[in-house]
Amino acid sequence: MPVMSYIQAVTSALKEEMQRDEKVFVLGEDVGKKGGVFRATDGLYDEFGEYRALDTPLAESAIAGVGIGAAMYGMRPVAEMQFADFIMPAVNQIISEAARIRYRSNNDWNCPITIRAPYGGGVHGALYHSQSVEAVFANQPGLKIVMPSTPYDAKGLLKAAIRDNDPVLFFEHKRAYRLLKGEVPEDDYVLPIGKADVKREGSDITIITYGLCVHFALQAAEKLAEEGIDAHILDLRTVYPLDQEAIIEAAKKTGKVLLITEDNKEGSIISEVAAIISEHCLFDLDAPIQRLAGPDVPAMPYAPTMEKYFMMNPDKVEKAMRELAEF
Amino acid sequence: MTGHFPMRQIIDDHGNLLDESYKKDLNEELVHRLYFHMYRIRTFDLKAKSLQRQGRIGTYPPFEGQEAAQVGSALALGDDDWMFPTYRDHGAMLTFGANMMRTFLYWNGRVEGCVPPEGKKIFPAAVPIATQLPHAAGAAWAEKKKGTKNISIAYFGDGATSEGDFHEGMNFASVFQTPTIFFNQNNQYAISVPIDRQMNSETIAQKSVSYGIPGVRIDGNDCFVVYLETKKAIERARNGGGPTLIEAVTWRTGAHTTADDPTKYRNKEQGADVVDPIVRLERFMKNNGYWDEKKTNSIHEELKVEVEQAVEAMESYPKANVEDLFDHVYANPPEQLLRQKELYMEQLRR
Repeated sequence: MPVMSYIQAVTSALKEEMQRDEKVFVLGEDVGKKGGVFRATDGLYDEFGEYRALDTPLAESAIAGVGIGAAMYGMRPVAEMQFADFIMPAVNQIISEAARIRYRSNNDWNCPITIRAPYGGGVHGALYHSQSVEAVFANQPGLKIVMPSTPYDAKGLLKAAIRDNDPVLFFEHKRAYRLLKGEVPEDDYVLPIGKADVKREGSDITIITYGLCVHFALQAAEKLAEEGIDAHILDLRTVYPLDQEAIIEAAKKTGKVLLITEDNKEGSIISEVAAIISEHCLFDLDAPIQRLAGPDVPAMPYAPTMEKYFMMNPDKVEKAMRELAEF
Repeated sequence: MTGHFPMRQIIDDHGNLLDESYKKDLNEELVHRLYFHMYRIRTFDLKAKSLQRQGRIGTYPPFEGQEAAQVGSALALGDDDWMFPTYRDHGAMLTFGANMMRTFLYWNGRVEGCVPPEGKKIFPAAVPIATQLPHAAGAAWAEKKKGTKNISIAYFGDGATSEGDFHEGMNFASVFQTPTIFFNQNNQYAISVPIDRQMNSETIAQKSVSYGIPGVRIDGNDCFVVYLETKKAIERARNGGGPTLIEAVTWRTGAHTTADDPTKYRNKEQGADVVDPIVRLERFMKNNGYWDEKKTNSIHEELKVEVEQAVEAMESYPKANVEDLFDHVYANPPEQLLRQKELYMEQLRR
């Protein structure tokens, strides 16, 4: 199997879906000629032309809104928000329109749009190029939020998002783009949206997380294995709606649960995961549910010490895992 | 519509005065102030770019080529006026009175860099696009309500005109006739997207028609027309005449930021005919007896020293304290945030 980076997996999913179905097109700021500021849409302009790799005016509400209109017409738009931080002007379109179209039309209309956005910090992006925004959308029925952690998942889930008949927000960790590499099959494949995935089998402690933090947890788990601590790692992959069954199963497996997110702690995705576990697993738990998250301050300062301090990393994860194991 | 909004110029590319009637408005003091500040912010900009290349500051968006637009407009402001800049307007901010050491500090990722000198009404640079336009309308509305003569100026690029906040800010300002100058620097590119992909209108200035406010299109590389037209709009605003939209046509000489590579979407010929605004002013000065080689050299030296000293001060500024991460989220931090801070600090000490 060829090895590719996370961003190459994204690009190849887009390319293959555009080859497979001519209703698929990408739109966004700088996605055409420039190939995207991170080069996620590199080569699409040359292969598919300016109408399928559409450089739009600088207006996120229009990028989402025009995409929604085209999706309701029957197209398969993949809208790019240049940075997740800049999705804010499009929130009205995404929440008030995309999320509700099927419901408020009595199933007469649907909105098969995919909205991609790079999120997360650790790249000296400062306050407006580092945020995690998933929690903003994670209480909006009608939406699906996918946050893959590996190149393999990124490709299979992006294809699934494009083929999905409902709106999908697809958040890609920008530090993962070039940091993470992995094997990706050459053949066409899709992965199920709404299903979590066990990334490591273990019996002592359970880690539930998503996105780049999965990578940190895996790194920490390898180190702890040498000390005889065996970690079970569940990757949520879809953070809304959550895969409750997989969460309950993973929590019951070891009875000691650590939840990790890079996002601010209060009101985060993992808070909901903690609620599910406390509802279903009270008598299976051997320790209080632990949450490791970013501090509750705006994400994230740029000054070197502060950014480093805000960001999740394998050391922080390892420490929290060891503490839980020793509980 | 370009017919209705012809691009106004006072000097041409060769530095020749196009209309003698302007001669009375141009005096030696003004010419030298414009030159001093344009050269000053150019020196800053080039230094910032080189610091970024050496890894001494972070990603930086150069404003090279936009010095006439930024200096001409900023010098037209009164001391008590408000400035709402973007991330590419540090030239205008420096000219209006922002501290140079702090400006470098900002680009080194420090929030301390956003603090203007006491009494200077400079908002922290807007990074989300066009969000500052409604703010400028709001501040001006408050000044109007209070009965002062102070005005606000909002800086924004061509890309910002596509955002909803552009319309909302302009509409509000026009309805309430707030003393606001909407100062657009049309540098022709929003990262890779050229102006003809940004809008179907021939000019940005013509958008003023839809709000029923004055609009003017000026050569943004002609510092005299920028200064005089901004001044005119400011005087109108101060005297109850409401907002004005100014489109200063200029050219982004360099990349969007130091992380961008414009060769991917612009060819070398583009912009080749644009005369550097500083060169244009130099030509005018030489043509009209304002040029003094010795004096100019000493200004260059003086500015080099100022910039070097600012860099030195920035680099010897105390390093960011991790503890500060938790400060200034609220006026009164909630208990849980204080506990979080304590816990973090405890972990750090371990």
